Amino acid sequence: MEDLVSINNLNIEARTRAGTLKVVNDLSFTIKKSETLCVVGESGCGKSVTALSLMSLLPEGILKVSSGDILFDNTNLAQLSEAELEGIRGNDISMIFQEPMTSLNPLFTVGEQVSEVIRRHKNLNKEKAWVSAVELLDAVKIPNPDKRAFDYPFQLSGGQRQRVMIAIALACQPKILIADEPTTALDVTIQAEILALINMLKQETGTAVMFITHDMAVVAQMADRVVVMHPGKKVEEGTVHEIFNNPQHEYTRSLLAAVPKLGEMASKKYPEPMRLVGEKKAKALKPIVGTNEPLLKVNNLVTRYPVKGGVFRRTVARVHAVEDVSFTIMKGKTLSLVGESGCGKSTVGRSLIRLVEPTSGDVNLDGQNILSLNPKDMREARSNIQMVFQDPFSSLNPQRPLFDQVAEPLRNYGTVKREVLQDKIGDLFDRVKLPRSFMQRYPHQLSGGQRQRIAIARALALNPKLIIADEAVSALDVSVQAQVLNLMMELQVDLGLSFLFISHDMAVVERVSHDVGVMYLGRLVEIGPRPSIFRNPQHPYTQDLLKAVPIADPDKRKLERDLNFKPLPSPIHHLTHDPTPSEYKEVAKDHYVLTTDCGY
Amino acid sequence: MLLVLLVVVVLNFLMLHLAPGDIADTIAQTMGGADEQDMAELRKQYGLDQPFFIQLFNYVVRVALLDFGHSHFYNLPVFDLIMERFPATLLLVFSAQILSLFVGILLGVYAAQNPNGLSSLFVNMFSLFGYAAPVFWTGILLLIAFSLHIPIFPVSGMRDITIESGNFFVHFFDVLRHLFLPMITLASIFFAYYSRLCRASMLEVLGADFVRTAKAKGLSKKDVLLKHALKNSLSPVITFAGLSFSAVVSGAILVETVYSWPGLGTLAFNSIISRDTPVLLGILIFSTLMVTVGNLLTDLTLKALDPRIKI
Repeated sequence: MEDLVSINNLNIEARTRAGTLKVVNDLSFTIKKSETLCVVGESGCGKSVTALSLMSLLPEGILKVSSGDILFDNTNLAQLSEAELEGIRGNDISMIFQEPMTSLNPLFTVGEQVSEVIRRHKNLNKEKAWVSAVELLDAVKIPNPDKRAFDYPFQLSGGQRQRVMIAIALACQPKILIADEPTTALDVTIQAEILALINMLKQETGTAVMFITHDMAVVAQMADRVVVMHPGKKVEEGTVHEIFNNPQHEYTRSLLAAVPKLGEMASKKYPEPMRLVGEKKAKALKPIVGTNEPLLKVNNLVTRYPVKGGVFRRTVARVHAVEDVSFTIMKGKTLSLVGESGCGKSTVGRSLIRLVEPTSGDVNLDGQNILSLNPKDMREARSNIQMVFQDPFSSLNPQRPLFDQVAEPLRNYGTVKREVLQDKIGDLFDRVKLPRSFMQRYPHQLSGGQRQRIAIARALALNPKLIIADEAVSALDVSVQAQVLNLMMELQVDLGLSFLFISHDMAVVERVSHDVGVMYLGRLVEIGPRPSIFRNPQHPYTQDLLKAVPIADPDKRKLERDLNFKPLPSPIHHLTHDPTPSEYKEVAKDHYVLTTDCGY
Repeated sequence: MLLVLLVVVVLNFLMLHLAPGDIADTIAQTMGGADEQDMAELRKQYGLDQPFFIQLFNYVVRVALLDFGHSHFYNLPVFDLIMERFPATLLLVFSAQILSLFVGILLGVYAAQNPNGLSSLFVNMFSLFGYAAPVFWTGILLLIAFSLHIPIFPVSGMRDITIESGNFFVHFFDVLRHLFLPMITLASIFFAYYSRLCRASMLEVLGADFVRTAKAKGLSKKDVLLKHALKNSLSPVITFAGLSFSAVVSGAILVETVYSWPGLGTLAFNSIISRDTPVLLGILIFSTLMVTVGNLLTDLTLKALDPRIKI
């Protein structure tokens, strides 16, 4: 088949204060008409930069193509004028980006943003462009497209915004669609839907797709051919079957080996460390047995937020964020809460230490009822439960040295004398495997993974019994994620910590937890020992959630018709709404399934 | 908004009430002295013998009925006096505000295109001058320049009384010609702020993801800049313009004095000199009204600009 894009000996340089840096090094590959090429690699390997150079949109003054050429449809893009390039962008080559939340202009309706690109390239008048914009919104499966076209981006969910981006990208029937990590920021169910949608539209329109991702499971779902990149260079290229069944390069093999495969832990009783890219075998760790002694008992926890409205800012409705949730965490064990965004899993974590005040229920930590404590005792109790938050870039104070940030809880509680503080902090840095020389550094001098280690050190400072990790590794690169998770498991072995691990990533959850709870719309729909949940999911929502996880096997692709997720109903109810209490049925030992109707 | 006005009216009354002496004293002073009986009569005439809250209530009612009292200096009702001057100030303030917004945003957008280039440096220097130069100094310099060296614009007053034509447009252009220098002077402080603010906010927006999306759609540079980026970067500028509205009003007092512009500013200046308290208080209420209306306009503009804002 004919080549649509051919990139020859491409070199891209970045200008930094330290001099020029080669970010793409002698890269060559081709994309044929109507094929899907996946470019895979870890962050910083130059895959996004390559995509931007194909759009001729490299940020001026920072990145520059230093040599090599990019042929699109047998034209050299470097020889075109800016006006000619504008005629190609959005028309023949279009692109969707990673972050659907910020990729749409907040001040224009989605209809305007879709019709704009049609008017730009197709010379249609306003009315006709609007009509085809609505048709496009329908094609990407936005419900009631004629009405939703008048909505602003903030009125749509993340998945819907990404659909709008796809509608914009496909509006002019481009010859190639570049998708730069389009599902990384989305929930697993939405990811499955968006991937299926791109595949379906690709088949209907015959457009070629250049799909950029770091996730081998997504590659298996999407690719015809694969290019593997490792810092700036192509290390391997081949059809998806060649890459998965017979990888040649060492890096490709280790990348494949590190992919957590859902179900591989089914026969294992205890959590196991993650495999690291570049290491053949996972580091051995003592089995994390834990105890059967309860540490935290949560009974019938309910948290509702008021919705204010009207002239006098009265409460007019309530968000039922957590609805009658009960669970127990054993000493030295990990309970994971999984679910889509908005299911209330983070609110559970925050309710436990009363960062948000629960509406009702019991939280019992080691015999102490947390919810009945007065502010002074609550302060004491908080030293037993510490949190690690999702975003290591914003959860550390950028203007204080790391030593002070880790020492802050100790100074706050006054538990450690000043003379031994230095030693104590040093020990904590050793624990999280950061050099002691980092103590006087500032957060911006650290990488994401190192920052998350600091957040963990800060959480460990008070010798807590329980650590709540709220999406603590979601913002990190896969290999860094594995390292941080392994650190958490090591700490669990050494210190007998308990974790409440809040995550949307099923594959990670399967490796790290003893017990798993699945949440949907504020309710715990299923809870039990991890092997039992993963091997024998009983609730229809758990089953669908597991089905949505992409499998790193090109022969097991999910098709649009396999997926039947219902849109999440609104958790906002009138003040008089009184939900029925949660009832459970025990289907196996300690494995409970919700029998009350949860709306799914 | 009504609440703000009420509070200002009450505070006004308190100022009046707490200040040593009262209107009777002032009148007696201008009459050249009065005996106890006359004073009592005067106090009764002005309702000063009544309890505090009754006086307050009467004052609020009078203000609500647009009765701001009587100026003993001009011997005219304060309201008539103010209404005579108010349009001139309104014209000056709004035209200066619009001019400075327009020029400021234009310069800001221009500078943001190439933040390290020569044009950006030029805009920065220009705004630095605007920040630093006191408005009366700029005013006097312009006055000297245009009266002595290039006498193309009149430097004082608002109308040329020698014009006898009855044609509306002749008068209209006459006022515009007179408006030119005061407007530029008053605008000179504020476009400096607006251009710096607009430049900073444009720079931030130009790095946003949706600007990249706009480029990826194949839109021209002009569309990306003026449609997608500008609309998003306007809200801090508009917010600040609303906040600085009161500063524009107070700046107007200086500018009006320099150019003898027959507005509230010169009236305020004269009433301070002649201790004409009722006029001063009336002006205070009017400028409060102007500032609150200005803020309301800001809120409505922001709401029109950004669908996420709820009032």
